[in-house]
Amino acid sequence: MFGAGGGTSSYREAEETDLIVLWGSNARETHPIFFHHLLRGVRNGARLYAVDPRRTSSAEWADVWLGLDVGSDIALANAIGREIIHAGLANMEFINRATDDFEKYRAKVESYTLEYAERETGVPAAAIRELAHAYATADKAMICWTLGITEHHNAVDNVLALIDLSLLTGHVGKWGSGLNPLRGQNNVQGGGDMGALPDRLPGFQYVENDDLRLKCDALWNCVVPAKRGWHLSGMLEAMDRHELTALYVIGENPMQSEADRTLTERRLTGLDFLVVQDIFLTATAEIADVVLPAAASWAESEGTVTNSERRVQRVRKAMDPPGDAREDLWIIYEIARRMGSDWGEASAERTWDEVRSISPVHRGMTYKRLEELGGIQWPCWDESHPGELFLHSRLWEDPVPGLRAPFVAVDHDPPVDRLTEDFPIRLTTGRRLDSYNTGVQSGGFTSPLRRGESLDISPEDAERFSLAEGERVRVVSRRGSVEVPVRVDPSLRPGLTFMTMHFPDDVATNILTIDATDPKSGTAEFKATAIRIEKLGAAVPA
Amino acid sequence: MTHDPHHVPAPELPPPGLVYTTPAGRATHTPEAPRRELPPNVSLQIDGVAVSVPAGSTILDACRAQGLDIPTLCYLENLTPVNVCRVCVVEVKGSRVLAPACSRKVEEGMDVETESERVRHSRKVVLEFLGSSVDLSLAGQQVPNGDAARYARRYGADPGRFGPPADGAGAHERDDRDPGHHHSPVGEEAVLAATVEQPVKVDNNLYVRDYSKCILCYKCVEACGEDAQNTFAIAVAGRGFDARISTEWDAPLPDSACVYCGNCIGVCPTGALMFKSEFDMRAAGTWDESAQTTTSTICPYCGVGCAVDLHVQDNTIVKVTSPMDSTVTEGHLCIKGRFGFEFTNERRRG
Repeated sequence: MFGAGGGTSSYREAEETDLIVLWGSNARETHPIFFHHLLRGVRNGARLYAVDPRRTSSAEWADVWLGLDVGSDIALANAIGREIIHAGLANMEFINRATDDFEKYRAKVESYTLEYAERETGVPAAAIRELAHAYATADKAMICWTLGITEHHNAVDNVLALIDLSLLTGHVGKWGSGLNPLRGQNNVQGGGDMGALPDRLPGFQYVENDDLRLKCDALWNCVVPAKRGWHLSGMLEAMDRHELTALYVIGENPMQSEADRTLTERRLTGLDFLVVQDIFLTATAEIADVVLPAAASWAESEGTVTNSERRVQRVRKAMDPPGDAREDLWIIYEIARRMGSDWGEASAERTWDEVRSISPVHRGMTYKRLEELGGIQWPCWDESHPGELFLHSRLWEDPVPGLRAPFVAVDHDPPVDRLTEDFPIRLTTGRRLDSYNTGVQSGGFTSPLRRGESLDISPEDAERFSLAEGERVRVVSRRGSVEVPVRVDPSLRPGLTFMTMHFPDDVATNILTIDATDPKSGTAEFKATAIRIEKLGAAVPA
Repeated sequence: MTHDPHHVPAPELPPPGLVYTTPAGRATHTPEAPRRELPPNVSLQIDGVAVSVPAGSTILDACRAQGLDIPTLCYLENLTPVNVCRVCVVEVKGSRVLAPACSRKVEEGMDVETESERVRHSRKVVLEFLGSSVDLSLAGQQVPNGDAARYARRYGADPGRFGPPADGAGAHERDDRDPGHHHSPVGEEAVLAATVEQPVKVDNNLYVRDYSKCILCYKCVEACGEDAQNTFAIAVAGRGFDARISTEWDAPLPDSACVYCGNCIGVCPTGALMFKSEFDMRAAGTWDESAQTTTSTICPYCGVGCAVDLHVQDNTIVKVTSPMDSTVTEGHLCIKGRFGFEFTNERRRG
């Protein structure tokens, strides 16, 4: 946000804030230790609002649960914004000093009345009004979200709608006030920070800026392409056009993790050359031309990872990798050497020092300091800088140093996979506490909580469709079908169902999901699939 | 990590003259947490030495600041003191009873004796009662503050003086006891020392509960409850000598509210709660702490970034803990962080 892809607050701030909006996040199960901090905040008196289609185990802790329909987040956010403006609760002093384009935002949200939002989201107008007033009048307030916001065809717009609320109220850049995407993987933050994004260099520096790019050209003695590359979905689409014919996959399992599995399989098997570097022989590795067995980055390698509060922390080698597996860094250095470029010894610390030389926000983070301070939160400008507990404090300076923060007005746009007579049920997806993504890691341990894949349905739908707990059904979307047992879950509302991606070898949920992707972030709409449920043996409707 | 669902890309055509870096500007001052005003200091005497500590400190805090080694069993830095074990008691002049140092706050002019005869005698008897009724063979090896054997030596505790141990209870026998059925021991029973011995509860693949080793310090209850996990799967059931840690209705863990975070194991001072992997290795005689290394790293699952310490023996992870001084975890983990390491071992077995 505002050019920085990272959560603005520290975890500790969740303990000391006055109000937390948990939006599209079941942190109790997906980020359990962050939820410890959040619960301490609740025990200290913070009010908790949960915005989620499901009444999750996180929502059970909330003062108010706003059970919105899947994909109606912007309708809700804009209505909250309009209500704040109309009630005279906008922080005009902050808006005038630190932001741009407020008038455009005000004009955009004017049509998002409470009544419209109630109709579009299914949340009672009174609850929307309460959240608007509570958020605007809180002394300190933070919004935390996860994939419920970002796994949509308009993911970036969803995020922008939440950022607008923080600008409207000044709930950013202060202790206890902020915007926090809870990251799903132990180094997805660090990957982006290092420039593993199509438009960025290490330290979020914009690749299409000549000054920044030429700096890298000089350091690396090469020419970095002057135009941004493709994000993941762009790469998959480029395979259709045969513009992308060779793929090098490190530590991902796209065969099972991407939406619309049938389409993904066709794309990956159509490649001329596929290299997979992984700690497992994943479903993707099985179709690869070359598999490079890798060491586990967290236990068999040296390096750093970056968490959801921007804290760079050391990972260390606790054991030798099995067989011929090698550290990722060693493999990459070795490939470079065999391509005729000798980078010297593959040392994690030396590579990190190179990052520090190119990325201003990491400059002060020596390995020694990371060790002594238990990790450092970026930005850390020099070796005397402690790192920043929270971002954007500059927005509270007068005048604001650097750029003002712009409102970006966005419109509600419902999920691409429409509900119709043939596909009347909404399927949404997510994680469970004891499992993780496609299950290649979490499948290694026997969890007493694990019950395998199921189609979770509301008690009302179980009755309506005469379905019994454990009964196997066929779930059909516009792209394919799977068979799966039913589980009745009272946290679901009528018309809403839930599955995970954890057991793709048993039930390939992604056969059902749609690859409608956000043009800006490239994220697919995993959260909104239209399905119908067929009893096995029953006649298929025409 | 080619795919970051939270990344908001830069506009296609940045306005001329703008430098796109992170952040889009630099604060004049480094942001700080609000400063808390330190409370005024309180003056007191500890073992005849004048000391001054901030108001609100406990006697234990004040003693530790002086470098004094006060024994504790039920106390842990990341939990609220419940002052049940009574080994940290000290004598406060003018006070009728001994005071638990872990929870009693310092007061102006307090005069504290930490090793008076009365204190030493009380600690000795507490350690004798615990030692005669509970298996303390692993106490002190698990986490800090549980070193019962060292304290027992220091205070000359002789747990054997209550006689040989009575026979242990059968499975669930202690759990099924009703309150109010006690009688004074008579005859042969009277010369035996009552114990909490009972079979180990093994009802899942992740951790075991050996309540023969339980001193009822409440740490597991606190960690499962308000101090960390807020799951409330366990509590103290029963009264008096029949008091024990129990799930609701003594249900097996898979039928209880337990979510297998293992934060109870992390705080247990006596080895009553233990990884199943450690339990099995001890049973097989292959558990060897002298052959283990401990390496600090970060959990490989979600993006919270929990600090984990990997305990490795023979190139295999045998246990995972988290350091209490981590600002991210404060020593606590979830099921994936604590038990989700098997995939790393599995690759070695092929």
